[in-house]
Amino acid sequence: MTILTLLIPVTLVMGAVGLGAFFWSLHSGQYEDLSGDAERILFDEDDKPLAAYPPGHSGTTKEKTP
Amino acid sequence: MMSNLTRAERANAMVIAGTGAFIGLVMAAAGRGDPMGAHGWIVLAFCGALFFVVGSAYEDPEPTQDRTASYYDDPTKVGILIALFWAVVGMGMGVWVASQLAWPDLRFDAAWSSFGRIRPVHTSGVIFGFGGNALIATSFHIMQRTCRARMPDQVTPWFVLLGFNLFCIVASSGYLMGVTQSKEYAEPEWYADLWLVVVWVVYFVLYIRTLARRNEPHIYVANWYYLAFILVVAVLHIVNNLAVPASLTGAKSYSAFAGVQDAMTQWWYGHNAVAFFLTSGFLGMLYYFLPKRAERPIYSYRLSILSFWGITFFYIWAGSHHLHYTALPHWVQTLGMTFSVMLLVPSWASAGNALMTLNGAWHKVRDDATLRFMMVAAVFYGLSTFEGSFMAIRPVNGLSHYTDWTVGHVHAGAMGWVALISFGSIYALAPVLWRRETIYSWKAVEWHFWLALAGTVIYVFAMWNSGITQGLMWRTYTESGTLAYSFTDTLVAMHPYYVARTFGGLLFLIGACIGAWNVVMTIRRMPSETPERDYPTSSESREPALPAAE
Repeated sequence: MTILTLLIPVTLVMGAVGLGAFFWSLHSGQYEDLSGDAERILFDEDDKPLAAYPPGHSGTTKEKTP
Repeated sequence: MMSNLTRAERANAMVIAGTGAFIGLVMAAAGRGDPMGAHGWIVLAFCGALFFVVGSAYEDPEPTQDRTASYYDDPTKVGILIALFWAVVGMGMGVWVASQLAWPDLRFDAAWSSFGRIRPVHTSGVIFGFGGNALIATSFHIMQRTCRARMPDQVTPWFVLLGFNLFCIVASSGYLMGVTQSKEYAEPEWYADLWLVVVWVVYFVLYIRTLARRNEPHIYVANWYYLAFILVVAVLHIVNNLAVPASLTGAKSYSAFAGVQDAMTQWWYGHNAVAFFLTSGFLGMLYYFLPKRAERPIYSYRLSILSFWGITFFYIWAGSHHLHYTALPHWVQTLGMTFSVMLLVPSWASAGNALMTLNGAWHKVRDDATLRFMMVAAVFYGLSTFEGSFMAIRPVNGLSHYTDWTVGHVHAGAMGWVALISFGSIYALAPVLWRRETIYSWKAVEWHFWLALAGTVIYVFAMWNSGITQGLMWRTYTESGTLAYSFTDTLVAMHPYYVARTFGGLLFLIGACIGAWNVVMTIRRMPSETPERDYPTSSESREPALPAAE
C-alpha cells in the first residue's frame, strides 16, 4: 500500500493548513463578537458595498480612507 | 452586460478568448482522428464565440458610474441561468438513464446513447453543471455581500464561470464519444483535468483577493465553507487525476496508480468530492440564505464554526469506507469507518442548527415555499448524513454495498439536500439579483416544491426497497449451500422499483423545469424595482421576525 505514503502526508498537510487557518482566525479576533457577526449579514437593505474607497478611486487596490 | 466592462477589460477578455481559440485549433489539428480533435473544435467554437461577443461590443461606450458603489452581479446572474440550464439537461439525462434501466430498449441501439456513456453525462451534468454553477454563482454573491466589498476585477469572475462551463461541455461531450478515465466523478481525460486546475486556482485566488478587500472585519462562516470547498477540491482533483497520457495527440491516458492503490486514491477523492463539493459549499449556501430568508440570525453561530472545523478535519479520512471487504488493508477500512461514524456529530450539528434557526419562524416556513425548500434540505441533510455514517459500518456495508441502496443514499443527498438548498437559494436570490419586486409566480414555486419533495421521496423509497431486496437476494443460500437466486432473478425483482424511480425522477425534473421557467419569467415579466423583501404578498411572512431567543 505504497499509495498511503502519498495520501496520508497529503491529508496531514491539508489538516495542518486547516489548523493554521484556524489559529490565524483565532488570533486575529475573528471570534470576538459571534452574535454580532451572525446578525450583521441581515442588515444590508441598501445592498451596496461599504464606501471604503475615496471617490474617484478605481478600487483595484486596497486603499482605505483614514 | 458588456457595457459594465471597461475597454481594457474587454481587450483582456478578447486576448484570453483568442488564446483559448488558438489552443482549440492546435488540439483540433494535433488530435485529428481522435476524440481530442473533436474537443479541439468544441474549444475553438466556444472561445471563438466569446471572442466575437466581446469584440462586437468593444467600441461601445465605457461604464461611467462609480463601480465601487455597487456589487458586481453580472457573472452571478449568468451563473444562475446556466445552473438552471444544466439542471434541466442533467436531470433530463437522469430520467433517460433511469428509463433505460427499466426499459433497456430506450437505448435505441446507438453507441453514444449506451448506459455507460449517458450516465456520466447525468452525474456530471447535475453535480458539476447544476451544482457547480450554483456554487460558483452563489459564492460570487455571498463573498461580496458578507465582505461588504466588490470583487477586485471584472474579468476573473467571467474566466472562472465560463472556463468551468467549458470544462463541463468538454467533459459531457467526451462521455458521449466514449472518452473516460473510468474514475467515478472524475471521468474527464487529462487535458480537461489540466484546464480545470487552471480555472480552479484562479477561482481560489479571486476568493482570497475579495476577502482581502473586505470592509467587514469578520469573515462570515459561509465563506469558510466555500473556501474549504475550493481549496480541498483543488488538491483532490490534482492527486486523483495524476496520469500519463498515452500520446499528446490523443485523449487516452493511464492512471499513475494501479489496482487497489488506484481504488484508494479514487475513493479518497470520490468521498471528499461528496464532502467538499456536495456538502461544504452547499452548507455555505445554507448558512447564508437560510438566515437571510428567515430574517433571523443562525441559531448558534458558535456551533456553525465548530461544525465547520469538525467537517474539515474529519471528512478527509472517510473515503476508505467505499472499499470494505476489498484488498485494502483492514486497518485502513476501519479508519475510514471510524471517521465516518464520527462525522455524524458535525453533520447533525449543522442540520440541527439550521432547523433551530427556524424555531419561532415556522409560520414563514408554512407560507413561504422558498424557505420550505431550505428547511426540507436541512432535514434531508440530516437524514442522509445519518444514513451515510450507518452505511459506512462494515457489516451494514456488507448488505448495502453494490446495491441500489447506495444509489438511494446518494440521491437522498443529491436531490433532497443539494438540489433543494440550491433551488431555495436561487428563489431567494433571483428577485434580489435582478431587482425585481418578487418572484413571477409563487404558485409555481409551491408546485416546484411539492413535485421535488414527492419525486425525492418516491425515488429514495424505491431505491431503499430495491437495494435491500437485491442485497438480501444476493446473500440467500439454499440448503445445499448454493446461491438461491440468479442475477436475473434480482433484476426481475428490481423492475417495479426501477419504474417507480423513473417516475420519481420525472416529477423532480418537471419541478426543475417549472423553476427554470419561473426564474426566466421573473426576469422578463416582473416590474423592475428594488424589493424591500421578496416575500409572497398576502402572507403573514411579511410580518417582522420575532427577536431571536438568546
